[in-house]
Amino acid sequence: MTPALLSALLAAREAKKPVVLATRLPDGAQTLLPDDRSGSDPVRSAALAALADDATREVAVGSERWLFQPYNPPLRLVVVGAVHIAQALVALAPALGFAATVVDPRRSFATPERFPGIALSDAWPDEAMATLGPDSRTAVVTLTHDPKLDDPALDRALRSEAFYVGALGSRKTHAARLDRFRALGHGEAALARIHGPIGLAIGAVTAPEIALSVVAQIVAVRRRAVAA
Amino acid sequence: MNTVEIEDVLTVAASWARAGERVALATVTQTWGSSPRPAGSQMAITSSGKMAGSVSGGCIEGAVAEAGLKTIETGIPAELQFGVTNERAWEVGLACGGQVRVFVERLG
Repeated sequence: MTPALLSALLAAREAKKPVVLATRLPDGAQTLLPDDRSGSDPVRSAALAALADDATREVAVGSERWLFQPYNPPLRLVVVGAVHIAQALVALAPALGFAATVVDPRRSFATPERFPGIALSDAWPDEAMATLGPDSRTAVVTLTHDPKLDDPALDRALRSEAFYVGALGSRKTHAARLDRFRALGHGEAALARIHGPIGLAIGAVTAPEIALSVVAQIVAVRRRAVAA
Repeated sequence: MNTVEIEDVLTVAASWARAGERVALATVTQTWGSSPRPAGSQMAITSSGKMAGSVSGGCIEGAVAEAGLKTIETGIPAELQFGVTNERAWEVGLACGGQVRVFVERLG
């Protein structure tokens, strides 16, 4: 990889811009797509397909072999409720490749002392969600137990492309939540997107264990595992 | 805690290169059967002996590092294949019986 290409790749990652490093095998000729206009159309479209799938792969393009390495922006985890479980959750997130944001308008909860180095928002959850704009690489988790805070966030999450939506609360709490969302006009398909009670069934008791079960469920959904 | 992925070998390799190290980057391009690390897994090595990341469960890292040192010298990329059908299997093959192909290039 030439110094110029390495700089361009690092700059794109810094700017959170999705790019694909395309390498012709075995000679190692390289180009950074989609910016570099020199790539032929078949190479370009195969590269963009790899980017969409977020999967590194070798592809035969005509008589050539190409390696496509997608560099997508980090996955995001939006946590509503700066509670004890949130502290455990944001501690696990970076190791799994997630950049976490914690949303809680109650200022004594969402403090830098409780969440060092984590992006915090004290906006009301629906406003925070509008600003954050969850996309297909975003997971949204609500933890407040308070419908005034959880519901606006979940409502926005269901109207977004968030790949994972999860809500803390018992089966009974969740059934009541679903009734409220039906009243708001959400269809059954949308409601089925909410993972509630949240997390994989690993018998979690402590906050870190619950956080682990939530992260495990997010990974399972992202990797399309049967366990999800 | 920072938000950099533990497996972000490229960032580590780039920082080494910026610090004046001579660096090679190895990337898994294809796997067959039960190989331990998926396509896209990376390992970086320097001529001074630093190493980050992995391209297998530890079975072929030595051979890949050797190829990396050669590529650092020559600038010529290499494509390596490891597996039970490979003659080198008895030396540095994958114990799991899978096959893996690795592309090695000089960085910067």
